[in-house]
Amino acid sequence: MSQSSLTRVFYRKGVPLWRDVVVLQWIAQILSAVLVLAFLWFFVSNVLRGAEVRGLSWSYSFLKEAAGFPISESVIPYDEAQTFGYAFIVGLLNTLKVSLVGVVLATILGIIAAVARLSTNWLVSRIASVYIEIIRNVPLLVQLFFWYFGFFQRLPPVQEATALPGPSYLSQRGLYIAWFKPTSTFWLWMIFVGVAIVAALVLYFYLSRYQVQTGRTTYPVATAFAVLVVLPVAGWFLVGDNPLASNVPVLGKFNFDGGLRVTPEFAGMLVGLVVYTGAFIAEVVRAGILAVHKGQFEAARALGLTQMQVLRLVVLPQSLRVIIPPLISQYLNLAKNSSLAILIGYADVFFVGRTIINQSGRAVPVFLLIMAIYLTISLVTSVIMNIYNRRVRLVER
Amino acid sequence: MSAQIKSSAPPAALGPLQWLKKNLFSTWFNTILTLISLGVIYFALKGILHWVFVTANWDPVAQSLKKFAVGLYPVEEIWRIGTILAMVSTLAGVSWGVWRGTVRTFALALAAGFIVIAVLPFDLYPPNGDPLDLLVRVGFIVLPVLIALGFLLGWKVPIKGSLVLLLWLLSFALAMVLLSGFRDSELLPRVSTNDWSGLLLTFLLALIGIVASFPIGVALALGRQSRLPVVKIFCTLFIEMVRGVPLVTILFMASIILPLFLPEEIRIDRVLRAMIGMTLFAAAYMAENVRGGLQAIPRGQYEAAQAVGLTGFQTTAFIVLPQALRAVIPAIVGQFIALFMDTTLAIIVGLLELLAIGKAVLQSNQAWLLRDKEVYLFIAVLFWIFTYAMSYASHRLETALGVGER
Repeated sequence: MSQSSLTRVFYRKGVPLWRDVVVLQWIAQILSAVLVLAFLWFFVSNVLRGAEVRGLSWSYSFLKEAAGFPISESVIPYDEAQTFGYAFIVGLLNTLKVSLVGVVLATILGIIAAVARLSTNWLVSRIASVYIEIIRNVPLLVQLFFWYFGFFQRLPPVQEATALPGPSYLSQRGLYIAWFKPTSTFWLWMIFVGVAIVAALVLYFYLSRYQVQTGRTTYPVATAFAVLVVLPVAGWFLVGDNPLASNVPVLGKFNFDGGLRVTPEFAGMLVGLVVYTGAFIAEVVRAGILAVHKGQFEAARALGLTQMQVLRLVVLPQSLRVIIPPLISQYLNLAKNSSLAILIGYADVFFVGRTIINQSGRAVPVFLLIMAIYLTISLVTSVIMNIYNRRVRLVER
Repeated sequence: MSAQIKSSAPPAALGPLQWLKKNLFSTWFNTILTLISLGVIYFALKGILHWVFVTANWDPVAQSLKKFAVGLYPVEEIWRIGTILAMVSTLAGVSWGVWRGTVRTFALALAAGFIVIAVLPFDLYPPNGDPLDLLVRVGFIVLPVLIALGFLLGWKVPIKGSLVLLLWLLSFALAMVLLSGFRDSELLPRVSTNDWSGLLLTFLLALIGIVASFPIGVALALGRQSRLPVVKIFCTLFIEMVRGVPLVTILFMASIILPLFLPEEIRIDRVLRAMIGMTLFAAAYMAENVRGGLQAIPRGQYEAAQAVGLTGFQTTAFIVLPQALRAVIPAIVGQFIALFMDTTLAIIVGLLELLAIGKAVLQSNQAWLLRDKEVYLFIAVLFWIFTYAMSYASHRLETALGVGER
């Protein structure tokens, strides 16, 4: 009796235990889990032991200590007395700054290059191809070095700055451009701008829904745009004093005063990232446009749509569906590539994190923080992309 | 009937004037574009040519060719690199003889490159007039001869393709042994990895990254597709975490955090640490490429394999993977190119790859300090040649294997 129950345990469904797929799969899973966890445990215990030997406690409380190192540029006010945590945020904002500006400019450059490459004009399309093929085949870091060390560092000294229209000046200290300075009425005017944006959005959605429901032409885009322009312009004259005064750079004894300063580090980073990513975006956009079937153009033309309407209503919606996912991953690449800033001295989150490691000696916690930030950026972007993908899929038949 | 055939005949080739009219001056808008482009090209070319031939000072490049090529590798051991080149040349010739096709272009390009190096009007082996300079030049003349001999061998003697592949792998291992040498050896003294530098290190980082990341990437992709939830979760986590952060952080992790992760007794070499970081990074991307191919395999293939009685392993190895990999060859080659270009990031953890050597060359001579443009442009051109060759190869491979035709 006991033997037969034992047999039943080992020969379930007539298959010996060591050949039962279910059992084998469980063994494989448990084995791999044990292996990975053992690895992690080995790593973590070593780190903890090392930290103990050096007398460093495992916590993030050091982020409240004074940083004590300067940061060359910052979006928010910063000085050395601020904490490590604050310095970290300064670096993060610098990363976001170069990424956001880079994404916008690279998209513009990419679209121009893609359209140029598809142009029927042989010369124009050749020029675009040469740009794309050269840039895509040279490492980004070499390009960054070329721009920063070869160009922005070799500019004339401040006293002999190159004057550009604007007025703006290009020198070793960077680019000084004429900019605006908010005056006392600035915030009052900003209310007008805010109201204009909200009103334009509401009008756009309301009018386009009305158009869809009733079939009457309501010009949602034109109306929203008109509101967006008219309200701020009216506000400009209504608030009395000009809300923005011009802020022109003037050459002082040692440097320029006033204006908006673009540091050579930021400029080098931006130009390198934009030129590089622009070439990749160009290929993404080109593939998207080519993916729209030729019959779609012809059918739309046959229905009597104008060239502009064909692009806006027929081609673009279809090609965007192909373009957006790889485009977003190019944006992510740009954000991640901005970590190369450490090599040309732009104070991005990686650069600041590295400095904090040197100052505080806490390599692992700071490192986890840096990784967490990049992972968050990637994660947020991919969530947005998934939502977008679901939306365009709903539009499909 | 005959009229129909006549009208469907291809139009006669355009004359040069017609071509100009069709492609450059078809509308007034196109004409303006053409004129603007011509202006841009004229001024750009004029500026560039003037800079290249008049303003630029190419001394830092011309006088440091050896540094760019092999960096700090000890002078008396350079014969080892020559031996490796000879090995590679012969094998390239044999491959040409056995496979023909695209390989021919590469063998010929390699030979042409060697000949160009041999007749370069600069010092290959400073200081000036060193008799070794002549020796190096003769060496570079011999290499094309080896390619030709290899070709004859591969052409006349029936050699199996798989054998040639095996020889390539063997030569890779042999090259590594040659480069590093042995401790306490008279003939082949140890060359510290700290001395591996220049283009040599760039190639090594890329090659090892490519060779090592491929199997890891395939394994990760299979793991991510696995039916076992635990395996799947681990693989997915690894892939997504690595892909979510920049390579710089991975390299940094490998060079600074990895030693903290290991007990005091275990010390991993600096170059090796960078290689590990790069390989893991490339493997995560490789896994996603391979997964794309795996997902493209129809279910019927699995079912058919099961029906003929193949085991799970056999199904994967002989049915699924060959098809999946073939489908993603362009993506994989693109990945290899990216990895090759990413080797420049090793500069961050202090390795002396090509770009770092460029920096070192600039600082080695007071007069060259301001010659960044020349040096970085030279490096850019070098990279461009290699990456362009790789993407050309991938195009040819695609057509040869008929990717995207079925």
